[in-house]
Amino acid sequence: MFLSMNWIQDFVDLSGLDKLELIHKFSLSTAEVENEIFHKGSDISGIVVAEIKSVEEHPDSKKLHLLKVDAGNGELTDVVCGAPNVRVGMKTAFAQLGAKIGDITIAPRPLAGFTSNGMCCSEAEIGISDDNSGIMDITDDVANGTDIKDIYEVDDIVFEVDNKSLTNRPDLWGHYGIAREFASLAGRELKPLDVEDLKAYDELKKIDMKIEDDLCQRYSCLQVENIKRNISPVNMRIRLYYCGMRGINFLADLTNYLMLEMGQPMHAFDSRKVEKIRIKRFDKPFVFRTLDGIDRNIDENTLMICNDNTPVAIAGIMGGLDSEIVDDTTTLTLESATFNAVSIRKSTVRLAHRTDASMRYEKCLDPEMTDVAIARFLYLLKKYDSDVKVVSSLTDEYAFHYDTVTLGFDKKFVDRYTGIEIDNDTIVKTLTSLGFKVTLDNNNFSVVVPSWRATKDVTLKADIIEEITRIYGYDNFDINTTRSPLYPVRVDAVKSNEDKIKDILVKKYNLHELHSYVWAYNDELKALNIPVENNIKLANATNPNIETIRNSIIPTQLCQVKTNASYSPDFGIFEIGRVVNGIDKNNLCIENKKLAVTLFSKTKDIKTLYFELRDMLAVITNDLKHETLSFKKAEPAHSYEHPINLNAIMIGEKEIGTMGIVHPVVGKKIDKKASIVFAEIDMSEFTQAENCAIVYEEPSKFPPMDYDISLEIPSGVFYSDLAECWKNEGSAILKNTKIIDTYDTETVHSLTVRFEFSSNSRTLSSNEVQEIMDKVIANLEKLGVKLRNA
Amino acid sequence: MDKIAVLKEEITKKLSETADLFDLDKIRVAYLGKKGSITALLKGMKDLSPEERKSFGAEVNKLKTFAAEKIEEKITELKEKEVEREIASMPQFDITTPVDLSRGSYHPITLVQRQCEAIFKSMGFTVEDYQEVVTDYECFESLNIPKHHPARDMQDTYYLENGQLLKSQTSAAQNAILKKYGKNLIENGVPIKAIFPGRCFRNEATDACHENTFFQMEGVMVDKDISISNLIFFMKTMLSEVFRKDIKVRLRPGFFPFVEPGFELDISCLICGGDGCPSCKHSGWLELCPCGMIHPNVLKEGGIDPEEYTGFAFGLGLTRLAMMKYGIKDIRDLNSGSLRALSQFTDDE
Repeated sequence: MFLSMNWIQDFVDLSGLDKLELIHKFSLSTAEVENEIFHKGSDISGIVVAEIKSVEEHPDSKKLHLLKVDAGNGELTDVVCGAPNVRVGMKTAFAQLGAKIGDITIAPRPLAGFTSNGMCCSEAEIGISDDNSGIMDITDDVANGTDIKDIYEVDDIVFEVDNKSLTNRPDLWGHYGIAREFASLAGRELKPLDVEDLKAYDELKKIDMKIEDDLCQRYSCLQVENIKRNISPVNMRIRLYYCGMRGINFLADLTNYLMLEMGQPMHAFDSRKVEKIRIKRFDKPFVFRTLDGIDRNIDENTLMICNDNTPVAIAGIMGGLDSEIVDDTTTLTLESATFNAVSIRKSTVRLAHRTDASMRYEKCLDPEMTDVAIARFLYLLKKYDSDVKVVSSLTDEYAFHYDTVTLGFDKKFVDRYTGIEIDNDTIVKTLTSLGFKVTLDNNNFSVVVPSWRATKDVTLKADIIEEITRIYGYDNFDINTTRSPLYPVRVDAVKSNEDKIKDILVKKYNLHELHSYVWAYNDELKALNIPVENNIKLANATNPNIETIRNSIIPTQLCQVKTNASYSPDFGIFEIGRVVNGIDKNNLCIENKKLAVTLFSKTKDIKTLYFELRDMLAVITNDLKHETLSFKKAEPAHSYEHPINLNAIMIGEKEIGTMGIVHPVVGKKIDKKASIVFAEIDMSEFTQAENCAIVYEEPSKFPPMDYDISLEIPSGVFYSDLAECWKNEGSAILKNTKIIDTYDTETVHSLTVRFEFSSNSRTLSSNEVQEIMDKVIANLEKLGVKLRNA
Repeated sequence: MDKIAVLKEEITKKLSETADLFDLDKIRVAYLGKKGSITALLKGMKDLSPEERKSFGAEVNKLKTFAAEKIEEKITELKEKEVEREIASMPQFDITTPVDLSRGSYHPITLVQRQCEAIFKSMGFTVEDYQEVVTDYECFESLNIPKHHPARDMQDTYYLENGQLLKSQTSAAQNAILKKYGKNLIENGVPIKAIFPGRCFRNEATDACHENTFFQMEGVMVDKDISISNLIFFMKTMLSEVFRKDIKVRLRPGFFPFVEPGFELDISCLICGGDGCPSCKHSGWLELCPCGMIHPNVLKEGGIDPEEYTGFAFGLGLTRLAMMKYGIKDIRDLNSGSLRALSQFTDDE
């Protein structure tokens, strides 16, 4: 919303104060002012009123005229002018030699064989309207040579307030409310509005009007006739233009002017079309043509202004075409009303049509304002068109009253909330300047909220704190830390694991952390031959590509791997993110946090890469939980999983996730030659799995003994089967086993295993070791394992 | 006696001619070994008279010592030469070639999130984790945003088929946090001090400045006498720590239904320091985070008596912070999954 400092100063004397500083203060204390401040008229000088004394056709040009103008300096000036509306006796805005318009300084200028010693200006050229159809036609009776800035408010400071920052302030949607804020900030008085006394017309007839729906809170109306004026006063038009509104005609301009001044939208009907005003909703939908000529679908929830049963306006939004003021209108009915804000807002959304009026109604306007607005309207109407005649009394139905809000609090409450000392006088003065009625009794305050703040904005004691502190100024606050007691801080286990896992993956394994979206990427997945699995969907997705919430991060990561396939021949990515795995019995999403890792390599064979991934996960588990991971073959459940090399990841008996090789069909879509493996671990399962304490084992003082055996392993026998062979044979002295060599040919798979024996209490004898190994070997042979070079 | 002199000369000559340790060892064996010439002399002494034996023995021993010393000297000399040779054989490497920086990377959000978390942890705040799919109650009702409240217009929320929604603000966790720690506050006087970083979603078209998925970090503190003065202190302290310089902050009134009073917090422009530049649209200030005193209705809904307790809350845009901190111009880079963009962010504690 654009605001004019001239207009504000109609209501508060700000003379002697720095206006820009005040606007800045307003931005910090009331509502956000956009950065650009407009200094209207500052680029215009030397433009005076001049009268056209003669008009001659230019001999060679159809458009140009040769004028002699009287600019009040005692002689006639020759001017060449191309405007179509020139006529003898007309007064216009004349840029004399030396005048400035923007970057241009007016100088004698040869124009088609004649010299022009100045320029007649259009309103657009001066910047006071967008009318560029001809030169300005000054109808006011002013002496030639008068600087137009002396008669018209060309100079002004205009600033824009972010509408969003006014959402909760219905009182700030007009200049008068804004002026109240400036008065408070500047410590000056707010002047009362000049209004017409409507009581004078109480004897006149009432208008037939009835509120038939409780969505209308108050409806005030008045009939007037004999409006002769058609064009608004120049200053009124300038203000409207500076505030972003186009001039239309006097009556329309005046309703707009009232709205920008008081925040109260008004509407004027042709009285012939509203003989029996009824405010109501209809049972059935219908089509209604608004005054912009558009047919709109009205449903049964939309409140309408009607002439008996004929709708004439959409309440609070826009008038109808049929009831508009037309050329032969003699009597008009002024409407000033308030409606239920939520209803207006919903109708606006339904109609997808937001107007200056509805924008204000949505904010919960003060119903106390409707009759005042009419009184003000009439005051201005009569001021500019003295023949106007009022033909009805004020007809007013006040159906819904807001409760008066009275708030009580003590000084301690203010102190506690602010954390600083603001004295009682300042509190009283501040609140009073904003229209609150304050009584102070021994540090106890009682505050009556003014009606324009009591529609929803100020309802609690905490709201009063805002009023006090914003005017006091947050820049003036002493800032202090709290005096709260100290206690140990709890650490969220999932969060802490998350941080450690990220560190290991980044620092030890050179992986890259990526983020992705919470929905499946339909198009990208299709390109990889991965169908989007059925899962809960967004109800209001605007893009079908992002409709289904993902149930795993892996498909997303495969898309990311494809995107990055040319980044490097080897890379790994990870993400700790969320997925949804269906819905529980309470119809709530089952949301899980997952660690997902995908490795890509063009230089390593698939087995090496898969084992790298396995060891990575084992290191994480061992590091964070001092636990050993185990793996179990898993059955594929998703299209991208390899049917054979897919494993469940276990901590003890608890399954915490899955790892696998990517299915070749999907893999080839990503890269024909690369190896790709993936793993996904459930963070909460991982966190909940048992944590082992570190158990310190004192190093033995006696020499250890190693025993190596080379084994030929038949197919179908896994290392875990081998481990079973010595699991129960080693007694306490078999400390560790490890693979020290592997040897594979096409037919033979063989391993060399080292058995490490040691005791903390004695030197081992080779006999006792051999005894154990004999049993182990016997067990192995039962599995069909052969000893090589034994 | 001649024999000894001859041997001495012979040894000296042979040693001078030897250039490697292997030959040297052969010489040692030839003279000092069990079957060596000097050993043989000693063995031959048994045929001599006791007097001769004595003087001859002394001579032979002298020779033996001489030989051993000379051989030892030669060993030292040869070893030194060998080290010199080894050193000389290694070229000076060209250390000026481009370095290999292959290493992992953190997402920039992780980095700023960790910095913020560390600051608040150091001031005794807990770090909370919260889900992304929430209920209408969590995201709106509990935050003093009833149905049809205009504030719901401000955010275009993603709704799910079951009526839940993707949280549009981290404040969605506020009610749960108040309930989680409220008992300890009321019964034991332990203040609620928590931050909850998380991902938020808005149903809007994306461009260089707009994303439908972004990160915020919410913070709350509730105790008996928490004031606006405290709020400004915490915000200023945190932001100065994040940017590692003294940051000027200013508060302007801001309307958010879950705080009262509510503020928009601006910080002095990081680029120009407040003089005005294109980054801050010549205002000298950057709008950074909404904050305020927790609305009494929100406290009440969280089971905390607003007559007895007050608190502040803030919502810091982590995504925006990361962009400001690292000069990321296009917000979409963050979720692009592009390693060319995102592998640049190494540890930044």
